[in-house]
Amino acid sequence: MALLEIAGVSKRFGATTAVDDVTLRLERGAFFGLLGPSGCGKTTLLRMIAGFESPDSGRIVIDGVDAAGLPPYARPVNMMFQSYALFPHMDVAGNIAFGLRQERMDRRRIAARVAEMLALVQMPGYARRRPHELSGGQRQRVALARALAKMPKLLLLDEPLAALDRKLRAETRLELVGIQERVGITFLVVTHDQEEALSMASCIAVMDRGRLVQTGPPAEIYERPASRFVANFVGEVNLFEGELTAGFNCLALAVTGFPEPIPLPSGTQLPKGGAAALVVRPEKLVLSHAPPAGFAIAATVSSVGYLGGGSIVHLATEQQKALKAYLPGTAAGAFGRGTRVWVAWPAEDGVILMQ
Amino acid sequence: MTGLGRLGRLVLIGVPFFWLALFFLLPLLIVGKVSLAESTIGIPPYTPLIAHDGRGLKLLATAANFALIASDDLYLRAYLGSLGNAALATALCLIIGYPVAYAIARCQTGRRQLLLFLVMLPFWTSFLIRVYAWIAILEPNGLVNQALTSLGLIAAPLPLLNNQFSVELGLVYSYLPFMILPLYGSLSNLDRSLIEAAADLGARPLRVFLGVTLPLTLPGIAAGSLLVLIPAIGEFVIPDLLGGPDTLMIGKVLWDEFFNNRDWPVAAAVAVVLVAALAVPLLAAQRFLERGHAR
Repeated sequence: MALLEIAGVSKRFGATTAVDDVTLRLERGAFFGLLGPSGCGKTTLLRMIAGFESPDSGRIVIDGVDAAGLPPYARPVNMMFQSYALFPHMDVAGNIAFGLRQERMDRRRIAARVAEMLALVQMPGYARRRPHELSGGQRQRVALARALAKMPKLLLLDEPLAALDRKLRAETRLELVGIQERVGITFLVVTHDQEEALSMASCIAVMDRGRLVQTGPPAEIYERPASRFVANFVGEVNLFEGELTAGFNCLALAVTGFPEPIPLPSGTQLPKGGAAALVVRPEKLVLSHAPPAGFAIAATVSSVGYLGGGSIVHLATEQQKALKAYLPGTAAGAFGRGTRVWVAWPAEDGVILMQ
Repeated sequence: MTGLGRLGRLVLIGVPFFWLALFFLLPLLIVGKVSLAESTIGIPPYTPLIAHDGRGLKLLATAANFALIASDDLYLRAYLGSLGNAALATALCLIIGYPVAYAIARCQTGRRQLLLFLVMLPFWTSFLIRVYAWIAILEPNGLVNQALTSLGLIAAPLPLLNNQFSVELGLVYSYLPFMILPLYGSLSNLDRSLIEAAADLGARPLRVFLGVTLPLTLPGIAAGSLLVLIPAIGEFVIPDLLGGPDTLMIGKVLWDEFFNNRDWPVAAAVAVVLVAALAVPLLAAQRFLERGHAR
């Protein structure tokens, strides 16, 4: 039985539909990422699971119990707030112990659990500090410790890293994954940062305008996006819009202005004549000075952005279409601005999208 | 403050200080001076503090007025009566005002503006007239008694006016806005996510209120309580208009000494003691408020 089952849940605020018929299952022990741009309804969905909002329709079942009518304090779920929401009038230990005190746990056990939680987030010795005496990163850890202290069945994290600076965010990402593995609690992380979702989650659900558009493991979301929205939102992308046509012993995509149709991955079984889009990730593109064998597009390098571990090369085709290629290491050194190049990619690396 | 020189800073702080010294400290010192003089028939009706007697200047200060206040238990009873009435009024204002402020703070913006406007609406009419209006409502053949009689609920009019009840009612009615406004400020600044976090951690509504909402609005409670308590202790109009023969409040005693007995020195001494007695809770509360702001 899944830990969390969301079935056909919708929520409207006035005229806008924040969450539109969402169905989702969360397996026990998962590190689940709910990804989407701001305003896509992901936080509303999280708040409905926590019990702060009630769905207009549909069911939310937590660990086999229908949550309808259950107030937030009665749900086996804890939440880590985006603002952390630490109680300013209590010290760190008081914050962490707050939930335990509501269970009327005895004092010694509370003290032991608080110490255990502080050790887990690597903040022993901070028990007597007040929240305003802590840095942003420390507050984030206390918020996590407080939310974990009650050992909930499900931990909801609302943009847990959004308030941290870039370097700290990358470190904390790994730490969150480590902590989740150690405590074994199911995590549901809401984020608008695709990199965050890809690097932390074992499973991702992408939301757009209240709807769930794709669910799957990170690699599948990235490599096999199911829609233009997912392709664009998760990672960089080269997108070719065209019409399906018969190519050289395979199906191809005729794009207006391009002399030859672009070959599609073999085994593509789609009716000819339909409109479709081809998605190719920047790191799949291969650049060469001489025309390669097979299909290639002539282009000119318009700029090169050095990223440290590699470079992003911006290209313009003869049809004035902009393309992006990612070259690892110092490979981009051979392609200065204004260089005429040939752009190719293995046909199997393209992803075809209908509609 | 780097843009402002030492002189600029001095002027900036000096102007309001000068203002306070001129219009607050100076009158207070004059009251202090009068409290050390003796009553006499003349204009002004008190003896000068420093007089010339043949051989030179002589200081004529006397503590007799303070001794009188200490010896006659009328004054002590009046002080305690004021304190009791004001404390009860403050407690009632808090009990009534907190839910009102809470409800206003939870409202949507448009309705919130309207409700705040309604809270402040009474200030548009003179305080004196509003207290007078209560006489018409409470008197033996006033609105309340007429309504109850015509409904057949009571045979004889209830004694609603000129007693402890009417004084307390007047105090609560008059000072309630001063409690609601700071409480509203405190409650509307309260981060909603703290309330949600407490509920999320398993606290039932009452525990959320006692553990989070109440402690975080203590500065508002302290500010509102002071704004009600201090003027209520010195209140004169309400006990005079709504009070009865058994109403003993220090503001009224002061008024009687000043205008009926024309004993300015005793009236001044009563005022000095009152200011001194009020300064203690005021300073204590101020310290508390500052500690709250430091967070």
